[in-house]
Amino acid sequence: MDLLLIKEGFPLLSFLIFLPLAGAVVLLFFHGEGFARLWALLITSLTAVCSIPLLTGFDPTSAKYQFAEAYSWIPRFHINYIVGMDGISILLVLLTTFIMPFCVLASWNYIQKRVTPFMFCLLIMETSMVGVFVALDFVLFYIFWEFMLIPMYLLIAIWGGPRKVYASIKFFLYTLAGSVLLLVAIIALYLKSGSFFIPEMMWQPYSLTFQVLVFLAFFLAFAIKVPMFPFHTWLPAAHVEAPTAGSVILASVLLKMGTYGLLRFCLPITPDATMLLAQPILWLSIAGIIYGGFTALAQQDMKKLIAYSSVGHMGFVTLGIFVLNTRGVEGAILQMINHGVTTGALFLCVGMIYERTHSRELAMATGVGKYMPWFVTFLAVFSLSSFGFPGTNSFIGEFLVLAGAFEHNTILALAAIPGAVLAAAYMLRMLQKIVWGGTNNPDQSYLTDLGVREIVVLAPFLLFVFWIGLGPQPFVDLIHGSVSHLLEQFNNWQQHQQVAVALWR
Amino acid sequence: MVILPELVLLAGALALFMVSLGKTPAAAKSVAVVFGLAAFAATLLSFQAQGSLFYGVYAVDQYSQMFKVMIGFSLALLIISGQNLKGISAEVRPEYYLFLFLSVLGLMMLVSSVELLAIFISLELSSFALYLLVPMRDDRTGIRVQMEAGMKYILFGVMATGFMLYGMSYLFGLTGSTYLKDILAFVAKVDLQPAVAVALLMVLAGFFYKLAVFPLHFWVPDIYQGASNETTGFIATIPKFGAVALLIRFLAVPSGQSPVVIELLAVLALCSMFYGNLSALVQKDIKRMLGFSGIAHAGFVVLGLLSLNSEGYGVAVYYIAGYVLMNLACFLVISNVSQQGENLCIEDFNGLYKRQPALAFILAVGLFGLAGIPPFVGFMAKFMVLTTALRGDHLLVVCLAAINTAIAIYYYLSVVKAAYTADPGDRPAVAVQPVIQLAGFALVIAITLLGALPGKFVDFASTVVQTLP
Repeated sequence: MDLLLIKEGFPLLSFLIFLPLAGAVVLLFFHGEGFARLWALLITSLTAVCSIPLLTGFDPTSAKYQFAEAYSWIPRFHINYIVGMDGISILLVLLTTFIMPFCVLASWNYIQKRVTPFMFCLLIMETSMVGVFVALDFVLFYIFWEFMLIPMYLLIAIWGGPRKVYASIKFFLYTLAGSVLLLVAIIALYLKSGSFFIPEMMWQPYSLTFQVLVFLAFFLAFAIKVPMFPFHTWLPAAHVEAPTAGSVILASVLLKMGTYGLLRFCLPITPDATMLLAQPILWLSIAGIIYGGFTALAQQDMKKLIAYSSVGHMGFVTLGIFVLNTRGVEGAILQMINHGVTTGALFLCVGMIYERTHSRELAMATGVGKYMPWFVTFLAVFSLSSFGFPGTNSFIGEFLVLAGAFEHNTILALAAIPGAVLAAAYMLRMLQKIVWGGTNNPDQSYLTDLGVREIVVLAPFLLFVFWIGLGPQPFVDLIHGSVSHLLEQFNNWQQHQQVAVALWR
Repeated sequence: MVILPELVLLAGALALFMVSLGKTPAAAKSVAVVFGLAAFAATLLSFQAQGSLFYGVYAVDQYSQMFKVMIGFSLALLIISGQNLKGISAEVRPEYYLFLFLSVLGLMMLVSSVELLAIFISLELSSFALYLLVPMRDDRTGIRVQMEAGMKYILFGVMATGFMLYGMSYLFGLTGSTYLKDILAFVAKVDLQPAVAVALLMVLAGFFYKLAVFPLHFWVPDIYQGASNETTGFIATIPKFGAVALLIRFLAVPSGQSPVVIELLAVLALCSMFYGNLSALVQKDIKRMLGFSGIAHAGFVVLGLLSLNSEGYGVAVYYIAGYVLMNLACFLVISNVSQQGENLCIEDFNGLYKRQPALAFILAVGLFGLAGIPPFVGFMAKFMVLTTALRGDHLLVVCLAAINTAIAIYYYLSVVKAAYTADPGDRPAVAVQPVIQLAGFALVIAITLLGALPGKFVDFASTVVQTLP
C-alpha cells in the first residue's frame, strides 16, 4: 500500500461522498418545496466548501494517491473500501463539487413540479459522481458507476422534455449495455491479480491477448460514456430532453467519466493493448471531431447544437489521451475541465432562454441581444471559449492537445484542424442568430434580462474561462506530477518490453 | 424445541382449520398474521438448535435452520403484504391460509430432510398444498383460467416428481441406502459413472422444476398468470428456498461431480437465462414477465452452483435470498395496485408515481434490484455468482451471462418507465395500509443493506455449507 498516502484524522473524501447522500436521506422525511431547494443548495455548497481543503492539502509533487482511506469491506472477495485522489482526479472532483450548487440554482425556477424528488436525485447524483472519481477499488468504482444511472435516468425521464421517455431509455440501455462486459473484465483482472485494488492491477505482465480483451471491454464501456464517434447517438437525445441541471451534469461531469476511465484504467492496466490499438482510436477521435462539427452546423435546436459540439470537444480529449505524450495528456485533462466549464455554462444559458421563450429552437431565440444585453454578453464569451478563442480556457486545452498531436504524427494533427474551424463556424452562427438574427425576428420585447440569481450562477463560470485562459499554470501544476509519472511508467514499460523481446530473440 | 418452527406452523394450520369450521372467516387474516409472525419468531428462537430426529432422516443443523429463518421471514412478510387477499373470495380464505401454512410446513421439513423418502414426503406435502392454492382464486373472468392453471401445475408437477422418484430408485438401487449421507459417501468411494450422473440429474429435475430451470420451466408463465396475485407471490418466492437447499445437499459430493454434469448444468443455466430474458421482453402481463425473469434468475442460481465448492454454494444461497426479497417487494406492489385482485398489465402501472409514491418507490427498488443495478442485492449477488463462475474457468458462460443482464434491463426498465413517466389517465389512486407500506420499506432496507454489506451473510452461508455431511 505504499501507493497510498493515508489521510490520518478526518476522512475528507468519504465525507464528500456521503454528505450529499445524508442530505438526500433528510429530504425523504421533509417534503416542503422551499425547504428542499434551500437544503439542496446548502448541502451542495457545503460539499463545495469542504472540498477546498483538497486543493490546499494536495501535494502536486507526489504521484501517490492522496487523502486516501482504506477499510476492509468484503474480505472473502478481497473487496475493500479504498478511496484516494491524485493529480488526474483532483480537478474532476473539484469540478463536480463546485458545479453542483449551480445546478441547484439553475433549477430554482425551472423545476416547478416535484421539487423534492428532483433535489433528492441531484444529491444522489453528486454522491455517485464524486465516488467514481475517487474510488480506488474496482468494485466500489463499478458500484458508483452503475448506480449513477438510476438518478440520471429519473432526472431525464421525469423532468425532461417532450421525448423524455425515448431519451431516458436510450441513455440507460446504452450505458448499461456498454458496461456489462466491464464487469467481466474487472472480475478477470481480479482473478489474475488477486485483488480489486486498482493500482495493484496496473503494470502487471498480462499476456497480450488478455490485455486486448480487457482493453476492448474497458473501451466499450468508456467510449459509450465519452461518447466517442460511433457510440455517440444517445448523447444528443439525452441532452436535448434533460432539464437544464441534467444537461449541465451530463456535459460537465458524466462525459468526463468516460475519458477519466480511459486514462485511469486503459493506459496503466493494459499498456500493450493501448499501444496496439491507439491508432484506430486516434482516428475515431478525428472522425468524432469532424462529424460533431458538421452535424452541429446543421442543427436548429440549440441544445442539440451544443450536444454535437460536445462530441467534437470530447474527440479532442480522447485525441490528447491516446497520443500518449505529456502535452497531449495534460491538454486532454485541461480540456475535460474546460469542456465542463464552458459547455456547462452554455447549457445554463440555453436553459435561461428556454425559461423565457419555452422553446429551444434557434429560430425562436433570434434577436434577443437588444432586450437581453447581459445575457448575450455571457453567451458571447462562452461561445468564444467553446471554439477555443485565444485568451479563453479552451484555447489552452486544444492548443496543448494539438501540440501533442503534432509531436505524435503530423498528418493526424492536420486532420484535426478542420474540427477547430468548424467549431468556430457553428458557434458563430448560433451567436449571430441569437444576438442579432435577421429581418424576420419574432417579437422578443417581452423578454426580461438576467436576474441577480442568474448572473450569480454564470459569473463564476466566466471567472474560470478567463483564469484558465490567461493563467493556466496553477492548473497544469496540479496535474503535471501525476501525468508525467504515468507516462514515465508507460515509457519504461515499453522499453522494458522491447528489452524482453530483444532478449527473447 | 428443535422443531419449534414446524410445530408453530402445524398449530397455525390447525387453528385455521378450526376457523374454517366456524362462521367467521374474517378471523382468518388475524390468525394467519399472528401465526406467520410466530413462525418467524420460532425460527429465530430455534436458530442455534441442533439435532437428529426420526432415526436420522430429519437433520436439524445450522444449514436447515438458516433456511428456516429465511423461509419464516419471507412468510411473515408475504402474509402481511398480501393480507387483503383480493383475489380469493372471503369464504375460502381460512382454507387458503390453511394450505399456505401446510405448504410452508412442507418446505421447512424439506430443508431438514436428509433421507430420500423424507425428502419425497416433505416435497409432496409442500407441493400438493400449493397445487390447491392455485384454483382457489375466485372466478371473476368467467373463463376459469385458474382451473386451467391448477390442472397444468398439478400435471407438470406430478411428472417432475415422477422423474425424481425414478432417479431416487436408481440411487437406492446403486447404493443400497436411502440416507443421503450414505449415498454420497458411496458415490464418492465407488466409481459408478455414468449411472450416478443419470440418477442424480433425474433427482435434480424435481428441484429444477420448483426452481423453474430450463427445460422444466414451461409451467411458469401460465401458472403465474392463472393464480391470484398473492398466490403467485408465494409460488415465486418461498419454494425456491427449498429447491436451492436440496440442490446443494445433492450436489455437495466430496469427490466432485463428473464433467458431464457440470457442462450440462452450465448449458441449462445459459438456456434458462436466454429463454427467460428473451421471452420476458415481449410480455404484457406483469406476472408473466416476472415469471420469465424468474426463469432467467434460476439460471444465475445454477451458475452459482456450477463451481461445486462451498463458496459457490454460499453465493447461490445469497443469490436466492436476495432474489426472494426483491420478488417479495414486487409482488407486494402488484397485490396492492390490483384493485380487486385482477391481473395487471404493464400499462396498469402507468403513473403509479402519482397515484401512490410509496409503492412506486418500492417497485422501482425491487425491479432495479432484479435488473442487477448497484447498490442493491441483485447486483452483489450477480457479481459474486459471476466471480465464482469465472474462477471455475467458465469464461464464455460468464460473458454470455453478463450479456443477459443487458437484455434483462429493458423489460425491468419498461415497468419503471410506466410507473414514473407515463400519464396515469383515469386510473384511480391506490390506497395502502400503513402496515403494508412499512413491510415494503422493510424490504427496501433489507434489499439495500444486504447488497451493501454482503460479507457476513456470504461468509456464514459458505461456512455452514462446509459443515454438510
